[in-house]
Amino acid sequence: MSRTDLGMPAFPRAAERATRDQRLRGNLRHATHTIRAKRATAVAELDDWQRLRAAGAAVKNRTLRHLDHYLLQAEAAVTEAGGTVHWAADAAEANRIVAGLVKRTGEREVVKVKSMATQETGLNAALEAEGIRAYETDLAELIVQLGHDRPSHILVPAIHRNRGEIRDIFRREMAAWGRPAPEALGDDPAELAEAARLHLREKFLRAKVGVSGANFLVAETGTLVVLESEGNGRMCLTLPDTLISVVGIEKIVPTWRDLEVFLQLLPRSSTAERMNPYTTTWTGTTDGDGPRAFHLVLLDNGRTDALADTVGRQALRCIRCSACLNVCPVYERAGGHAYGSAYPGPIGAILTPQLRGVTDPLDASLPYASSLCGACYEVCPVAIDIPEVLVHLRERVVEGGRVTRHGARVTIKPAKGHAAERAAMRAARWTFDHPRALRAGERLASRTRRLHPSRLRVLPGPARAWSDSRDLPAVPPEPFRDWWARHRAAKGERE
Amino acid sequence: MSGGRDVVLGRIRRALADVPAAERPEDVAVPRDYRTTHTDDDPARALDLLAARLADYRARVHRCGEQEIPRRVAELLAERGSRAVVVPGGLPSAWLSRAEGVEVVTDDPGLTHARLDGVRSVVTGCALAIAETGTLVLDASPDQGSRRISLIPDHHVCVVRAPAQVVASVPLALPRLDPARPLTWISGPSATSDIELDRVEGVHGPRVLDVIIATTDG
Ligand code: SF4
Repeated sequence: MSRTDLGMPAFPRAAERATRDQRLRGNLRHATHTIRAKRATAVAELDDWQRLRAAGAAVKNRTLRHLDHYLLQAEAAVTEAGGTVHWAADAAEANRIVAGLVKRTGEREVVKVKSMATQETGLNAALEAEGIRAYETDLAELIVQLGHDRPSHILVPAIHRNRGEIRDIFRREMAAWGRPAPEALGDDPAELAEAARLHLREKFLRAKVGVSGANFLVAETGTLVVLESEGNGRMCLTLPDTLISVVGIEKIVPTWRDLEVFLQLLPRSSTAERMNPYTTTWTGTTDGDGPRAFHLVLLDNGRTDALADTVGRQALRCIRCSACLNVCPVYERAGGHAYGSAYPGPIGAILTPQLRGVTDPLDASLPYASSLCGACYEVCPVAIDIPEVLVHLRERVVEGGRVTRHGARVTIKPAKGHAAERAAMRAARWTFDHPRALRAGERLASRTRRLHPSRLRVLPGPARAWSDSRDLPAVPPEPFRDWWARHRAAKGERE
Repeated sequence: MSGGRDVVLGRIRRALADVPAAERPEDVAVPRDYRTTHTDDDPARALDLLAARLADYRARVHRCGEQEIPRRVAELLAERGSRAVVVPGGLPSAWLSRAEGVEVVTDDPGLTHARLDGVRSVVTGCALAIAETGTLVLDASPDQGSRRISLIPDHHVCVVRAPAQVVASVPLALPRLDPARPLTWISGPSATSDIELDRVEGVHGPRVLDVIIATTDG
C-alpha cells in the first residue's frame, strides 16, 4: 500500500521531538482542551446521548457484519441515480482510477474537499506524478499544502501552526499556486481567512473536476453525505462538471433514517456544535444542478484485513470525529505527526497498524502509544473500545500469530529481536517516562464511566502490564516480564 | 475495474467467516430508544427555540407575519447595499415586490458561475427548518433553486414559513426530506476555526445569513 509518510521515524522518536517543541505543545494543549470542554457542553445538551451512542455502534455493527450486502445495495442505488461506481482494492488502484477519470475529462487540475481517504492513499502525489495539480480547499488543508507540511489533527489539521507562521506561508507561497496574498497581509485570523477566500474563489469558479470523500454513504438510497464548515465542500461538490468521491467501504450506513443518529453524534463530537454550518447530501446526478458526472470510488486498502479481525473490526465503526484525540494525554504531548499516517491519536494507534500491518517499526510502535486510560473510549460516539483493541494489537506485536494481510491469511512472527520490537519498547517507555501524560490519563479514567471496557482487568499476558500502570515499575507477569526485562537492559534502548 | 470489485467482495466474505450464514442484516439489533425530539410539542416553543438557535450560530433572525415578507426582504437588501439579487424561478414574486432599484437575476443553468459571483445577494425559501439545531434545509425545489445560488453570493436571505416548515429535531426532519433531491443543510453562516481555534465567520459560503421566520396569518 502507499505510504504517505515514507521514512517516518517510529512513534517515540517523533513524539520526543514534539515534546521538546514548546510552541507546538502549547498550540496542541490549547486546542485539545478547548474543543474537549466545548464537546462536553454540546453532548450534555442531549440527555439520550448514551442511547444515541449505543444506536450508532449498533448501526455500524450491522453494516460491518453484512458489508457485502450493503455495498452491493449502495452500488445499485448510485448507478440507478446516474452515478458510476468503481472498486479499489488498494491505494494504488484508487489513485489510478481517479487519475484516469481526471484525464478523461481533459483537465489538468482538480479542487479537493478535505478527505482522509485521499490522504491515506496519497492521492495528491499520485496525481502530481500524472501531471495533475490537486488544490486543497479546506483552510487548514490549504495551510498544510502551501507549507509543504503534513496534517496533525483530524478536525484542525494545521493546529500546529500559529497565525504568524500562517501569514508567512501565505505571503511566501500563494503566488506560486494562484492569486497571491495581499501585499500587507497581517496575522489576524479574519484577514487570513479572507486571503484564503480570495485565493480559492477563482479556483472554485473555474474548476471542472472536484474530488471529495464522504462522511456517510446510505446504502438504500445511494446518497452521499459530506459535513463541513467553510463552504469549500459545497463549492467542490456543486460547481465542477465532474465529481469524484473516494469513500472507504466502512462509510456505509444502511438507511436514510440511520442518519438521524449520526447527524446528532458527529457534529457534537467533532466541532462541538449542535450542527456544523453546512451538510451536503446528493444522490447520483441531478439535471441542471451540480455535476453532470459523478463517480464513486469504493476503497478497501486494508479495511477488509481489519474486518477479518473480530476484535479489531470495531475500529471500522469510526466516524472520524476526532474526539478521542482531544482527550488523549499521549496525543497532547506527542502531537499528530508522531503517528505517521493520516490518522493521528488513539484512532490512528488502532487503525494504522490494522490497515498497514505491524511488521514496520512505526506501525508496531503505535499500539504502545497509549497509557490505556480509557478516556478515548469514553468520548467515542460509536463506543469503540480503543483500549481493548490496543491491548489486542500489542499481543499481536509481541506474540505474532495468524492475521489477514491483503486479503490472505498469513502468520506473522513475534516481534522479538526485530526493529519492530525495539520501536514498540521505546514507545512504551516514552509513555511511561512522561508521568504527566499518565497522570492526566488516570484522572480522566477515574471518573464514572458508562459502557466502560471491563475486559482490561482480566487480560492475560503482556496486556496486564499495561492495564495496571499504577504498579509500575513492579514486575509484570509472564510472558511479558521476560520480554520487558530483557529489553530494559538491552543496549541501544536510548537511541 | 470489475477486478477490484471481485477482489474486495471476496475479501469481505472471507473476513466475515465468523458471521453465521443464516444471519440477516436485520438480525443485528439496533436499539432505537433514543429520543425523537428533545423539545415538547408546543409549536410556539419550537419557533422560539429555532430563533434562539439560529442566532446562537450568528444567523440574523427576523420574525414577522407573512404579509411583511416583501418589506423585510427590501430592507435587508438595502442594508447590504445590494444592487442585484439572484432568485430561484419559483420564488413568490411578491417577495421582491418592494425591492426597488434592485436588479433581479433568475436562477438558470445558463448563468455562469462568474456572473453569479458578481451578484451580492440571494433570496430563497427552504424545505424545512430544524429548531433544536438551528438548521435550514434547502432541497432545490422551485422556491429554492439550484444549490450554487445560495452559495456563491455573499448574502443569503432565507424565508422560513412557520409553523408549517418548522420541525423540532433531526429525527423529525429526515422523514420529510427526499434523499433523491440534492440537499443543503445550513446552520449559520460559513465559518472556520482553523487558525488557533479563533472562530471566523465567512470563508467561502455567504458571510451574512438573514433568516426571516414568517408566521402564517401573522
Ligand atoms: S475512534 Fe471514535 S472518538 Fe476517535 S475519531 Fe473515531 S469515532 Fe471519533
